[in-house]
Amino acid sequence: MKIGVYTCHCGGNIAGTVDCEAVTEWAGRLDGVEVSREYKFMCSSLGQELIEEDIKEYGLDRVVVASCSPHMHEPTFRNACQRAGLNPYFLEMANIREHASWVHKDRSEATEKAMALTAASVARVRYNEPLFARLSPVNQNTLVVGGGVAGIQAALEIANAGYHVYLVEREPSIGGHMAQLDKTFPTLDCSACILTPRMFEVGNHENITMLTYSEVEEVSGYIGNFEARIRVRARCINQELCTGCGVCEEKCPAKVVDTIFEAGLGRRKAVYRPFPQAVPKFPVIDQDNCIWFQKGKCRACEKFCPTDAIDFEQDDRILEIEVGNIIVATGYDAFDARRISQYGYARYPNVFTALEFERMTNAAGPTEGNVVLRDGETQPDSIAIIHCVGSRDVRYREHCSRVCCMYSLKFAHMVHEKLPNATVYNFYIDIRTPGKDYEEFYHRLLEEGTVFIRGRAASITDATLTPEEEGKLIVTAEDTLVGRQRRIPVDMAILSTGLEPRHDSHEVARIFSISCSREGFFKERHPKLDPIATMTDGVFIAGCAQGPRDIPDTVVQGAAAAARVLSIIGKGEVEIEAAKAEVNDLTCVGCQMCIESCPYSAIEHLEERQKARVIEALCKGCGTCVAACLSKSITLYHFTDQQLVAQMRGAMDALFELVPA
Amino acid sequence: MTLNPNSVYGRIISELHGGEKLRSCLQCGMCGGSCPSGPDMDHTPRKLFAMIAAGQDDEVLRSNTFWYCVSCYLCTVRCPQEIPITDIMYHLKHQAIQAGLYTTDAVDFSETFIGHVENYGRAFEFGLATQFYLAHHPLGGLKMGPMALAMLSRGRLNLRPTRIKAVRQLRNILNKAKEIGARG
Amino acid sequence: MKYAYYPGCSAESSASAYDATSQMVAAALGLELEEIKDWNCCGATEYFSIDSLPAYALVARNLALAGRQGTSEVIAPCSACYVNLKKVDERMGDYPQLNSDVNEALAAGNLSYTPGSVRARHLLDVICNEVGCDAVSEKVVRPLAGLTLVPYYGCYIGRPEGGFDDVENPQTLDRLLKGLGATVPDYSLKSSCCGGHMTQIGTEVALGILRGLIDLAAKLGADAMVVACPMCQLNLDVYQNQLNSHFGTTYRMPIVYFTQMMALALGMEAAELKFEEGLVPAGPMLEKWQAAEASPQPRKKKSKKALPMPEPLDGGDSG
Ligand SMILES: Cc1cc2nc3c(=O)[nH]c(=O)nc-3n(C[C@H](O)[C@H](O)[C@H](O)COP(=O)(O)OP(=O)(O)OC[C@H]3O[C@@H](n4cnc5c(N)ncnc54)[C@H](O)[C@@H]3O)c2cc1C
Ligand code: SF4
Ligand code: SF4
Repeated sequence: MKIGVYTCHCGGNIAGTVDCEAVTEWAGRLDGVEVSREYKFMCSSLGQELIEEDIKEYGLDRVVVASCSPHMHEPTFRNACQRAGLNPYFLEMANIREHASWVHKDRSEATEKAMALTAASVARVRYNEPLFARLSPVNQNTLVVGGGVAGIQAALEIANAGYHVYLVEREPSIGGHMAQLDKTFPTLDCSACILTPRMFEVGNHENITMLTYSEVEEVSGYIGNFEARIRVRARCINQELCTGCGVCEEKCPAKVVDTIFEAGLGRRKAVYRPFPQAVPKFPVIDQDNCIWFQKGKCRACEKFCPTDAIDFEQDDRILEIEVGNIIVATGYDAFDARRISQYGYARYPNVFTALEFERMTNAAGPTEGNVVLRDGETQPDSIAIIHCVGSRDVRYREHCSRVCCMYSLKFAHMVHEKLPNATVYNFYIDIRTPGKDYEEFYHRLLEEGTVFIRGRAASITDATLTPEEEGKLIVTAEDTLVGRQRRIPVDMAILSTGLEPRHDSHEVARIFSISCSREGFFKERHPKLDPIATMTDGVFIAGCAQGPRDIPDTVVQGAAAAARVLSIIGKGEVEIEAAKAEVNDLTCVGCQMCIESCPYSAIEHLEERQKARVIEALCKGCGTCVAACLSKSITLYHFTDQQLVAQMRGAMDALFELVPA
Repeated sequence: MTLNPNSVYGRIISELHGGEKLRSCLQCGMCGGSCPSGPDMDHTPRKLFAMIAAGQDDEVLRSNTFWYCVSCYLCTVRCPQEIPITDIMYHLKHQAIQAGLYTTDAVDFSETFIGHVENYGRAFEFGLATQFYLAHHPLGGLKMGPMALAMLSRGRLNLRPTRIKAVRQLRNILNKAKEIGARG
Repeated sequence: MKYAYYPGCSAESSASAYDATSQMVAAALGLELEEIKDWNCCGATEYFSIDSLPAYALVARNLALAGRQGTSEVIAPCSACYVNLKKVDERMGDYPQLNSDVNEALAAGNLSYTPGSVRARHLLDVICNEVGCDAVSEKVVRPLAGLTLVPYYGCYIGRPEGGFDDVENPQTLDRLLKGLGATVPDYSLKSSCCGGHMTQIGTEVALGILRGLIDLAAKLGADAMVVACPMCQLNLDVYQNQLNSHFGTTYRMPIVYFTQMMALALGMEAAELKFEEGLVPAGPMLEKWQAAEASPQPRKKKSKKALPMPEPLDGGDSG
């Protein structure tokens, strides 16, 4: 056996803490090692060539690279082996960066650990067997989950390229948060005017199957070959007959506060379309608030519907679809302002949230675009806008929500436009305007006369001290640029609530086998180089589901996700990992424990022979069945018992040698 | 950054439990905006933290900020970085006393109070009022006169202190604690 | 359940009304209180400023004594005492070095204390969360109908490390007083500071704070402000005259303990509840109560144009 060992400095990332020269020299003395070298960047083309040349020159039959996590560069080095004619599975990586240099401070201890990890890989690699990746065809359909602007963009890109898209949206209409907005910063174009054409295009596209009022319940399979089960909730409207005339909505006597689209500022009926430009145009009956469903009388809508389209008997439908790729674009939730009690939301009527204010300034909203107090009539003379509500606060959300500064500036502008005599105060910690034309927009607001007070607002209270404060809300804060406390009496306060992960992001992540980062937003494959893919091949993320961002960035990410999907479809087939489980027919007793344990339902039971069999196309090589099998009949290739035991032995032997007892 | 361990900043970080969190102050002003004594402090807590970071130790210790702190903990519960601000205020009082740099008679108020506790084991409101006011605010004390009388007449001021039985035990404990505190 | 009882220094002098009615109410609710024998002062807010280790040891002596009496919970009616007891116990648990230092000091007095073994509870907490506001309200024989009472919690109910109620908008006392039959407005300064020892050091500051507190209560039509801490009572009551002459105001706001109002509603005689200890007389409030007949509140009519009001988050964000 001829093994080559290559120790990487990773610039100073490894060499800064680990003595790479010592590791190299030590590894050179290990059993079977033919060459041992170190290099500044093994992943560079020169580093790769080094391996390739050694394989040819020394006739190496195994390669160990001691460097970073296999996550990023295993494919790099496998390819290098393959180019030099070696089966790629004859490569092992020892992770001496994440597992040694980055997590230890003491140089000699880190070096010892690096040696042990390298020795473990050397001991293991001799048992590695040649494996061959399989190619599998790609289903050309795509599932897009979430019909906000991210999902809309992604769906249109793919559909326009000629491939079919299933767009699944939970609410009765697509559009997401952007449909609620009035104007959009920094250009102030009307949100509906730019979004509705896109929504309409989605609704009428021959390549898009739009499933609204629907949710994905289960996904199985793997890249190129997913199966998804979708629940299409009963709208109680016969879509064949409904013309979208809206008579039902007009006649329905049940009125409720609309906490979704109107953000609580307005009301809707039990049968409703969230907004006039909704796509699709069909209303839904909200069964929780419908008098017929709750009390067994009414049916007013049915009486008045001119086309007999109301169908109280409708049931949820379950749809099974097959797709090759999935894009998850489920967006964000707005922070619940009630959690910060000192701002008095839900206590003082004239404290509003940002989304409420969006609806208020919207000409199609509950106040027809008039900026008024909670009484619905009085115009405010003074307005305070409080930045960072729920953001930049370790007790709530540590992150900066990225859009609040800009939309707060937008709000100030809207007030100046609608109420030229009103005074607008912005309470901020830092004004963050990183975007094209964003800083210019801030300057414009300075010129328009917005009052900026640098200090996180401490509280909003109705406790007044002077006659001038009487009847007002008082915002208290330190004006940090002056170094003194200030009390600013206002008629209205707007809380610029941050963007947080969807309340159900963890459950949704589980359905698609992806994970969440600490905050709860979906975790990308790499924060810089791959913010679109996830650790599950074939599942991509786009928009605020991955982290807070504005509309331009959301659209870019939606399009980028589509491009990734199109490149997979274009390729036509995908390589399937060769590390698969296999059942030994001779010892299998047919107990079916493995079948229950497999998270991918990749094991079947052969009735006539009373044996288990792994369906190769479905197996992900996770190894759960290996642990579950009582008769030790399952082998996971590339993770055989022999390989793992050798690896542990290698590490232990090295430690006995390195660390004196 | 390495800090001079004897600077005000260095001592907060090394001597106070949780003091190292002061490094993460955002200068947001939540504390300064919330403090009930804010209007009367010469520097808001936030400003004081900026001065501490800037190494203006002398000015910091001469400030009245921490003497005007009423220990209400409002800043602490609101600070977005969970900095134990009230405890830092306590620590600054401690540092100012050690450095002999204070311009307020709040110290004497506290010391009179503590003197009673150490001698009797209990607080002694009447003694506190008389001793403190006679020494520092003879005129202010006069204003307090009618108030004290009113309280006396309602049985709300004891003219004599209550003394616990085990004063000696308490003193032993406190002396030991001072000794341990001094060895740092 | 048996509790250790830590009355606090003010119980012997300025707040004897609180001490007396606390014990009466506890007995009526079946809470067994056993005073810590030979307890000492908790150091109030003063000791920690001068020297911290002795301050910890001072408080720890009381915890050690309570433990020796075989109780696992100690009730303090005074909020400052409560916070000191709780803080010392928790910090000793969090910081092993502090724990061993404090125990070394205690050993000089032949005492020791294991952090976590005696839990500090505020009397208001035990009444509302162990006995329960509903159970209390079932025992009411003379409801406080006709009285508008403003609940004033002060700083220490929810602070510093999150006590038993929301930090900014606590509800326990509101619920308790409603259960006694009183009208309880939403008093937005309920957890603001009373000025603490500033009344004695920088009177100007403190008077301003106190004025704001009483002013809002008066605007809400309060017949009295109800407190749960002797320091709050002292500042609001004893300094009221001085603030009136300072600002030219004419407030006559009685400042009463919640235990006094409970005792009243539970049927005890007003004459025994030491209302006369307040400098601002509570007489007019009591007369109004005796004369009052429960009258339903007039409902405000909402205009048709009014926008919907968001629902409050129940219980605040206390946990
Ligand atoms: C007050 C406010 C003002 C703003 N103003 C501006 C502005 O002026 N300019 C600007 O550029 N940006 C602005 N933004 C930011 C903008 O809202 C976002 O960038 C954008 O809406 C993100 O789009 P999205 O598609 O990622 O998410 P969303 O708009 O949240 O869309 C997600 C969609 O997925 C659906 N969904 C969620 N979960 C599921 C599920 N499990 N199954 C199926 N469907 C699901 C939702 O119903 C929704 O339709 C503002 C944000 C706020 C809060
Ligand atoms: S509240 Fe906290 S973070 Fe903000 S200025 Fe004060 S100490 Fe710093
Ligand atoms: S604890 Fe002290 S510094 Fe903090 S808000 Fe209260 S008085 Fe101000």
